Amino acid sequence: MTEVLTKVVVNCADGTSEIVPLSPAEIAQRETDRLAWEAQEAERLALEAAKAEAQASAVAKLEALGLTAEEIAALKN
Amino acid sequence: MTMTLIETKTLGTAAAAIEFTSIPQTHTDLVLLISSRPASGAIGVILAALNGSSANFTSRQIEGNGSSPNSGTSTTGRVGVVGDSGDTANTFASSKVYITNYTASTAKVISADAVNETNGTTAYQILYSTLWNNTAAITSISLTSTSGANFAVGSTVSLYGITKGSSGGVVVS
Repeated sequence: MTEVLTKVVVNCADGTSEIVPLSPAEIAQRETDRLAWEAQEAERLALEAAKAEAQASAVAKLEALGLTAEEIAALKN
Repeated sequence: MTMTLIETKTLGTAAAAIEFTSIPQTHTDLVLLISSRPASGAIGVILAALNGSSANFTSRQIEGNGSSPNSGTSTTGRVGVVGDSGDTANTFASSKVYITNYTASTAKVISADAVNETNGTTAYQILYSTLWNNTAAITSISLTSTSGANFAVGSTVSLYGITKGSSGGVVVS
C-alpha cells in the first residue's frame, strides 16, 4: 500500500490545525530536495574519506622519515 | 521588545511537513523554535518554503559534526537540522530560526542555529545564513526535511512574533 504523505497545517488566524495530503507539486519538490541532499551528502562523505586517506598517507611518510608521533601531532596543530 | 507566542504544534502523528498559515502581519520579526526528530532514516536538514515557494533562496552554512568542520552553500531554504533516527533514543534535535522584517517589501534575511542530540559518533552543530530574495510579506511557512522522512510524533514547532518597542524592556508572553 502506498504511503499517503501528509502535512499538518496550523491556521494562525483561529488556532485550528488539520492534517491534509501533500499536493503533487509538494511531493515533487520533496523528491527534488531529497535527491539534491543525497547527492551533496555523498560528495561530502567522499571528500572526507579522501582527506582521511591523504592524512594517513602523509603520516606514514613522515614516520618513514623518522618523525615521532608527538612531532607529527605537533605539525597537525 | 515583546516576544509573543503565535502558535505551537506538537505532532500526534508523523507528518511530512508542518505549515503555519495566516501568519499575523502585526509583528516586526518572526522566530521559530523547532524540536524535531525524523520518523526514519539518516540525518537531514529542515527546509523552509515561504508563501508556498521553495524558489529564490540562497543559503550558506558552517558546521561541525564531531570529526571534521564543513561549510557549504545551497539554493534551498535551509533553516535547521531535523535529526537522525539513529540519534540517542527519545531525544530531539533543536533549531532556532530568526526571520527579520517579515512584512517588509524587501528580501528577507534568515539566521538559524541547530544541533542534534546523540551519544554516537556524529552530532551536528550548524549555523545557517539564508536569504529569501522575495519582496512579498511572509504569510505562511512550511517546514520539510531533506531526508524525505516524516517528522516523528512528538516533534514540536513554535512560532513567535517579535515586536519592536521603544522602552528597551523585554516581555515574553
